[in-house]
Amino acid sequence: MTQPEPRRKALTIDPLKVSPPLGAALALLGVERGMPLFHGSQGCTAFALVLLVRHFREAIPLQTTALGEIETILGGLDNLESAIRTLATKSKPAVLGVCPTALTDTRSEDMAADLRLLAQRLGDDLGETLLVHAPAPDFIGGLQEGWGAAVKGIVDAAAKPRPRRAGHITVLAGAHLTVGDLDLLRDTIEAFSLTCTVLPDLSGSLDGHVPEAWSPVSLGGTTRAELDDLGAAAAVLAIGEHMRPAAELLSERTGLPVTVLETLTGLKGSDRLVAFLSEVSGRAAPTVVRRDRSRLLDALIDSHFAAVGQRVAVAAEPDLLRAMVTLATDLGCTVPVAVTTTKAPGLETLPVNRLIVGDLDDLETTAREAGGCDLVIGPSPAIRAAKALHAPLVRVGFPQVDRVGSQHDCFTGYRGTRQMAFAIANAIADSHAEHHLRPPHTSEAPHDSPAPVAAG
Amino acid sequence: MLTDRLAPVFDEPACATNRAKTDAQKKAGCKTKGPTPGAAAGGCAFDGAKISLQPIVDAAHIVHGPIACEGNNWDNRHSASSGSDLYRRGLTTDLTELDVIHGGEKKLWKAIRQAIEKFDPPAVFVYQTCVPALTGDDIRAVCAAATERHGRPVIPVEVPGFVGSKNLGNRLAGETLLDHVIGTGEPETTTPTDICLIAEFNIVGDLWQVEPLFKALGIRLLSRLTGDARYREVTWAHRAKASMVVCSQAMVNVGRKMQERWGIPYFEGSFNGVRATSEALRTFARLLVEQGADADLIDRAETLIADKEAEVRRRFAPFRDILAGKKVLLYTGGNKSWSIVSTLQDMGMEVIGTSVRKATDHGKDRARDLLGEEQKLFGAIPNAEMFRMLKEGEADIMLSGGRSQFVALNARRPWLDTNQERHHAYAGYEGFLVLAERIALTLTAPIWQQVNGPAPWEEGYAP
Repeated sequence: MTQPEPRRKALTIDPLKVSPPLGAALALLGVERGMPLFHGSQGCTAFALVLLVRHFREAIPLQTTALGEIETILGGLDNLESAIRTLATKSKPAVLGVCPTALTDTRSEDMAADLRLLAQRLGDDLGETLLVHAPAPDFIGGLQEGWGAAVKGIVDAAAKPRPRRAGHITVLAGAHLTVGDLDLLRDTIEAFSLTCTVLPDLSGSLDGHVPEAWSPVSLGGTTRAELDDLGAAAAVLAIGEHMRPAAELLSERTGLPVTVLETLTGLKGSDRLVAFLSEVSGRAAPTVVRRDRSRLLDALIDSHFAAVGQRVAVAAEPDLLRAMVTLATDLGCTVPVAVTTTKAPGLETLPVNRLIVGDLDDLETTAREAGGCDLVIGPSPAIRAAKALHAPLVRVGFPQVDRVGSQHDCFTGYRGTRQMAFAIANAIADSHAEHHLRPPHTSEAPHDSPAPVAAG
Repeated sequence: MLTDRLAPVFDEPACATNRAKTDAQKKAGCKTKGPTPGAAAGGCAFDGAKISLQPIVDAAHIVHGPIACEGNNWDNRHSASSGSDLYRRGLTTDLTELDVIHGGEKKLWKAIRQAIEKFDPPAVFVYQTCVPALTGDDIRAVCAAATERHGRPVIPVEVPGFVGSKNLGNRLAGETLLDHVIGTGEPETTTPTDICLIAEFNIVGDLWQVEPLFKALGIRLLSRLTGDARYREVTWAHRAKASMVVCSQAMVNVGRKMQERWGIPYFEGSFNGVRATSEALRTFARLLVEQGADADLIDRAETLIADKEAEVRRRFAPFRDILAGKKVLLYTGGNKSWSIVSTLQDMGMEVIGTSVRKATDHGKDRARDLLGEEQKLFGAIPNAEMFRMLKEGEADIMLSGGRSQFVALNARRPWLDTNQERHHAYAGYEGFLVLAERIALTLTAPIWQQVNGPAPWEEGYAP
């Protein structure tokens, strides 16, 4: 048991965390014709927009209520109304998600009441647009918390009791699943002759396809019809601990049974998914799935030679952290340091030496205190810490600003775990070849070169 | 307080937008035509200030605010440094609910101390954002006390996002430099050819493409505001003999006030393209000679310009046929709205339109002169319209910033980044050739033919 160490520094250096409203926006972009709206100053939207663009390299629909000084002091209801009216009448989104920001939270605006009032006042102007409240305060957590809040908001606005539909699963996908992961998950579900609705479904919107026409709203994702039918399923499968509140609400509204799988990364997590699908479908695992499991076993065996005994430092949001620590330790690595963004339930059971709620500078300094590490797993900004530690970086999580195609990287299920096991083993092997195939303690060894740290 | 400091910025006489206003409009400030909720694009004042000051590479830049202000934003511009990379670190107080309730001043005080202990910077910039401005954190008081305690400048940058646009933030950053930095230091020596560049941010090393030109003329780059600057050189910018405002929309107030306070003549110019670069060198030579530099500087400048222009003509030859007559849609901001127009024309390309939504009046005039027709000056173009223009072949290529790139890319048309996220420097004579090469490479890239060809299930497909 390793209790998370709370942050003690007043100064955050190189944040691991991005803002919860950014996560909420991303979830809303996983809905077809979705449009997130930040209730705050223009910058709140601009920064999130630029970062999402840098990661996905796709157009990102995201709007702002553009609060100025006066509205900040007197209240921004008029701006909110005018923004919703403009969007609902011009862009006609299927789902318009309103995300408060730190600015409106600090004013303690009662957004839920405001939105009820506005829905009445807007009347016909709102048309077919479903108005969703995504309360993800900037002050608590990061991307995954905002994502979870937005999904809960969508469930709250859309879920109704529906007749059960045998052979169909409603999947609530966590923020730590990539487009590639969602594709794999859908394939696996369909391999059991089941069908599914995935919410949110970035594999339809931010999968990097080339559209025929320009769209001011998201280009795909969970459809409005599917949202109305979230309750028409045999079961709800939620992936990631941060999806539990949304899943419980969905169960409450629809009476469907809920299964929360903490992670689909690693052999055990993938096995649990397959056991669940067998149970729901009443079918034994099909050949293709069995074959994939066998390949994973071989991959784990092949990968463990490079990985066993290696020290891995991980920086990720709680559910992704859980996935990565699980796989790294499954392969025989140790985890001297894990850094995460918030104190989420269940993290204390992770087999790590130190678990810090902190930033990328904590990753670097703590790993150094622990005598260094052989591999860093984290988002692209962790490259600085990795270089300073002379360790390779295996990239997971958000953002990945220096890579193209990161949305198609896979980390879950038998296939995704296999790819990730190879990535870990190969990164360690490369680094080993670069640093260690020379006599010990030679002065010209590259890993003795000065670290690229900031000069004062 | 902050309102008092905003008033002079709205009153900036060197800003053409302000000059055209009535007194009542001036009083209302730059937000009379505020952004439309639900249909707005662009950053906030904090964004603008950070962009303007962060290129001071050896300073610590601490953002006092919740995670959205820095967590989503750090290290996202390609301002380059020849030394320290402290400016690229993401430093923030990451305010939480408790800080909002109890106030964030103590946390900021500690954060400043921790930054100084860890990085030992010559100065610290502290950026005020919306939330602590709303809860009333007095960052001026904290910075004043920290300056005394730590024996080095800790400078408050009061730019909560809600006060206005990114451009307002650029200017507030300029005011901050005038209030707290410029004039607080002295260079070891001065020369008759000391110059200052204002609002040049050394994006991917733009500055390094023009520095050798000044060196060749014996002109000393005394202070760079702020690309690749060390804090110290900003403190003695007031000893320059002449200055140039490079992105005039961003910091024209600094040029104007340096002239007012210290008698330093300034001009608005650009290093985008051959013509603009030659003009900048010529103007500097003239101003410096007027200020007492040796008169032969003017002739030497002309010789250098002639040499360089001849060299550019020679090295441009391989690109001439590729670029000739190609139609460009330009969607950018600031001085680029016009300076890139002349550059592209010099390359033999046809600019079908430029957006002047973020240009000064001076900039609009220049764009109009270059294009000859009012219709080619656009305001904001809706994305759907840009998409159509590209799809229907009205333009062969779009040059713009990162956000509008997908309009072109989704239309499967060539696009080139001309804003801060680009990976190539386009300044000066060297930059002209780099830009020509990049455009040529993009236009002739084999992918365009592939991605626009028919799929196997479409008409016209041939294996």
